[in-house]
Amino acid sequence: MAYVLRRLLEMVPVLLVVVVATFFLAHAVPGGPFDKDRPLPAEVKARLEAYYGLDQPLPKQLGNYVVNLAQGDLGPSLKYPGWTVREVIGSRIGVSCALGFVSLFIAVLIGVPVGVLAASRPNSWLDRVPMGFTLVGICVPSFVLGPILALVFALGLGWLPPCGWGEPEHFILPALTLGLITAAPLARLTRGSLMEVRSLDYVRTARAKGVPPLRVWFVHALRNALLPVVTYLGPAAAGLVSGSFVVESLFDVPGMGRLFVTAIINRDVMLILGTTIVYAAALLFLNLAADLANAALNPKVARGR
Amino acid sequence: MNAPVVETLASESGWLRFRKDRAAVWSGWFLVAIAAVCFLSPWISPYPYMEQNLAQSAMAPSSAHWLGTDLLGRDVLSRLLQGGMISLFVGLIATAVALVLGICYGVFAAEVGGRAEDLLMRGVDVVSTLPLTLIVILATVVFGQNLPMIFLAVGGVSWLTMARIIRNQTRELKGSQFVQAAESLGQSRWGIFRRHYLPNLAGTIAVCATLTVPGVMLLEAFVSFLGLGVKAPMTSWGLMIKEGADIMEECPWLLVSPSVVFALTLLSLNFLGDGLRDAFDPRSSRK
Repeated sequence: MAYVLRRLLEMVPVLLVVVVATFFLAHAVPGGPFDKDRPLPAEVKARLEAYYGLDQPLPKQLGNYVVNLAQGDLGPSLKYPGWTVREVIGSRIGVSCALGFVSLFIAVLIGVPVGVLAASRPNSWLDRVPMGFTLVGICVPSFVLGPILALVFALGLGWLPPCGWGEPEHFILPALTLGLITAAPLARLTRGSLMEVRSLDYVRTARAKGVPPLRVWFVHALRNALLPVVTYLGPAAAGLVSGSFVVESLFDVPGMGRLFVTAIINRDVMLILGTTIVYAAALLFLNLAADLANAALNPKVARGR
Repeated sequence: MNAPVVETLASESGWLRFRKDRAAVWSGWFLVAIAAVCFLSPWISPYPYMEQNLAQSAMAPSSAHWLGTDLLGRDVLSRLLQGGMISLFVGLIATAVALVLGICYGVFAAEVGGRAEDLLMRGVDVVSTLPLTLIVILATVVFGQNLPMIFLAVGGVSWLTMARIIRNQTRELKGSQFVQAAESLGQSRWGIFRRHYLPNLAGTIAVCATLTVPGVMLLEAFVSFLGLGVKAPMTSWGLMIKEGADIMEECPWLLVSPSVVFALTLLSLNFLGDGLRDAFDPRSSRK
């Protein structure tokens, strides 16, 4: 418990660094949120900027922002008048979370069994063929796989809608794209770590004392072999994040990734900051969750900390 | 602790082992070929890459245009070569940036040692948990999508793994007898870095570098795909894939050729990196 508390406290300075870095980057973006095709009257623009506090010196703005942030206030959105950043993000985050979880689920459901299968018969076709696929999977980025899947399943076979959102079947293609991309490294990792574990003494001992092979495999070996896999899930979530920018714009999914990109294009400084902070916080929490899961799987890790 | 950690790039047995790895060797030649045609593209490409010919827009592959033409009637093959030049350029230069940063940081951390080293490496851990893709995207917008800044931004976030590995290796080298001997003979730190660290790190650096290039190229492609990277009329593989994906229904060839070339290049880089690692890092090959 003390450990969790310490890790949570450690997040505060990290998030602060993110806020400061993003703040200055976002303000350095050329062009402002109120630049339109036709320039606004100088007076109106000045009043808008005064209203949002954008006329104050940057360090002061930063200070205000951090104080508000500490109270959970992400400020107003500049491009969606009347909306706060929290409301805008709140309206999108559910979509991205759902998509992320389903893709992660698909990734684990495909990646781990494939890795186990490959490691059970090393260098047979059961190993070579799936591992060949995973190698391709690592090298095919989401923005190639996505269009290919859409080309085959939506335009070729007509089974699924190519893009859009709202119906359950809209979920399948984006989730599959993200899931398959993440499954590939997961399968390789599972296989590699199983291969390493199965040559260890304790596994041999278990086999020697007559534990049934399947039990050795799943209870003794897999439990330890899954450690690096679980650790990888933290960064994998990060991969899903960057993948989601692409997949969301490919399949017209109204999620956080697209929100971030449009916020940049619109120069909506507050929204840029808000989305980045939410992403950073999510990543930190996922890493913490991965570490805790590791400790639950392996008492040695738990004692070591 | 005493034996050299990794064989140097000059090691003959390393190259012998490498030559036996058929996939890695073929990948190496493939990469050389791709790089050669891309970098020679100003001279050998069949058409100027930005020449528009609206009379021949969106044509399927033919003998005049081997890979077809795009919506503005530009030759896809010529654009593929030019885009490849940009993508490879970003890959190489950003990797070089990451390399220099990673080596400096890693060696410095190992050299200072003690609590400062712990702190420095903890810093790397912290930075690597950040959503760096977001920062890169922001940075490319800030710096107005010009190429040198894309190099810097992409390289600036890719050096973390490098720093970790280099630091671990340097620590082992630091404890080795030949470095202690050099120290006791009064060689300067810089001399030790140049004469002992660098040659012994060369294998690791080569492996790291080859394995960093694909990640870097992917990152550039991401940024270009989102329309925030390379600007028209220039192009890169990421941008071509994006343009192809937009109209894949009518003109699938616009998507297929850049995707295939890009994936093959990344695949070769991975093969080559694995091959180099197996050949020059004996510990990892004997799994």
